[in-house]
Amino acid sequence: MNDALDVALRLLIVFVVFLTFPLIIGQTEHKVMAHMQGRLGPMYAGGFHGWAQLVADGVKFAQKEDVVPTGADRRIFQLAPAVALLPYLLVLLAIPIGPSEGAVGQVLDAGIFFVLAVMGVGVLGSLMAGWASANKFSLLGGLRTAAQLLAYELPMLLAAASVAMAAGTVSLPGILDAFEWWWLPWQIVGAIVFFVAGLAELQRPPFDMPVADSEIIFGAYTEYTGLRFALFLLAEYAGIVVLCGLTTVLFLGGWHGPWGADGLGWVWTLLKTAVLAFLVIWLRVTYPRLREDQLQKLSWTLLVPLSLAQIALTGIVKVVM
Amino acid sequence: MTLAASHGFLSPTGVEIAFLLVGLATFGAALVTVTTRQLVHAALWLVVTLGGLAVEYLLLTAEFIAWVQVLIYVGSVVVLLLFGLMLTKAPIGRSPDADSGNRWAALTVALAAAATLVWVVVDAFRTTWIDLDGPAEGSTRATGESLFQNWVLPFEALSVLLLAALVGAIVLSRKARADADEAGRARPNAGKADTDQADKEGAR
Repeated sequence: MNDALDVALRLLIVFVVFLTFPLIIGQTEHKVMAHMQGRLGPMYAGGFHGWAQLVADGVKFAQKEDVVPTGADRRIFQLAPAVALLPYLLVLLAIPIGPSEGAVGQVLDAGIFFVLAVMGVGVLGSLMAGWASANKFSLLGGLRTAAQLLAYELPMLLAAASVAMAAGTVSLPGILDAFEWWWLPWQIVGAIVFFVAGLAELQRPPFDMPVADSEIIFGAYTEYTGLRFALFLLAEYAGIVVLCGLTTVLFLGGWHGPWGADGLGWVWTLLKTAVLAFLVIWLRVTYPRLREDQLQKLSWTLLVPLSLAQIALTGIVKVVM
Repeated sequence: MTLAASHGFLSPTGVEIAFLLVGLATFGAALVTVTTRQLVHAALWLVVTLGGLAVEYLLLTAEFIAWVQVLIYVGSVVVLLLFGLMLTKAPIGRSPDADSGNRWAALTVALAAAATLVWVVVDAFRTTWIDLDGPAEGSTRATGESLFQNWVLPFEALSVLLLAALVGAIVLSRKARADADEAGRARPNAGKADTDQADKEGAR
């Protein structure tokens, strides 16, 4: 196939995934949360069990007036949603879903560093939004976002470093090629640390005090309306896709499965990602929000030591074997 | 020398042109960073500058260094900077007092440093060309091998330096607390409030 066409096709597929998967997870969240709380959730839009609810929401958001507060820093206020959203699109490019060469948007030599670095940039969007809104609640939300990122970036990196040590490479397809089933119990602590730290970085419950609606309205996004607000919400759900996909690739073996890894590897990847996404939704319904100091304590006194212990364990097993 | 002979400065390749353009953009962003009167804008222009540098690394095939640059500087250092700005004073709009009387001294030092660096780099690498068609010379493997085979001692020395900085930061934050405790004992009535304050600072 022509090179340019190949690249265009890959970009198009990644873009379509980027636009549809977050919506699917959002709709699942509506329905799963509703059923866990003894409700039905959306039932009317689109006819069958309200499948078109998020499409309707999108149309509603697009019709709303795009308000910029008078006291706000106009340009940064308007730029912030893009800065929050685009990094997740870039990260999707690097996540492999199948065993063959063609099953990843772009093979990167330093894949782990790329995904973690670019995910960290997304938080700048929340910071910009929080500062530029000229609103005390927004500023508080931005501050909490920054504090949370600083606390959780470290355990996340350390957990990812443990996998890289185990595989002897920092390329995501390379890690999957080296994967064996017994890595699962070996790296399980790192997996949990990575997943929890990722949840905190996405500001998902129970780590959602940057947007705690009962305390600071909606944190950094308080002043946003219409399409820009929808973009922030989309960024959150795209973040779930990326986090679950990354956890799958790094710790759960991606396309490896008990059978059918050759032709149906991508099904395993999607299945594992979907189960993790369900877990994210489940956690939201189950746990109350942590307080700011509890969140910091959890990271510095539990997650960081655990991830260091995981690195030590990985090192010992690597040397002994 | 043989490679250098086959490359001329007057027939640039696409990569060289891109390198130059990104370099100009980065330089412009760096200028705005130090001249803008809006504090938070300066921090955000710093993001553009550091990002531009990462792109330059990428164009020089140093992929690993580029992503680490984004991870450490854009993802952590600038976030810390913004956090500090928001925590203290970050007004929207211009800050008339956000200027320094040392501007000319700073310019002189910056120009001298830039001249030294350009001279050293040009002198050392004038005849070195990167072969873009071969295996990437800045790949993670190549970087790791040269770091842990040829440069282990500086690497370890740097880690000791960072450890010393870490210990120093802890000692400094503890010292404030100990001082406050002594002050609290000297004035029994005011002691309670002082230790509370010190506790908060220690926790920070």
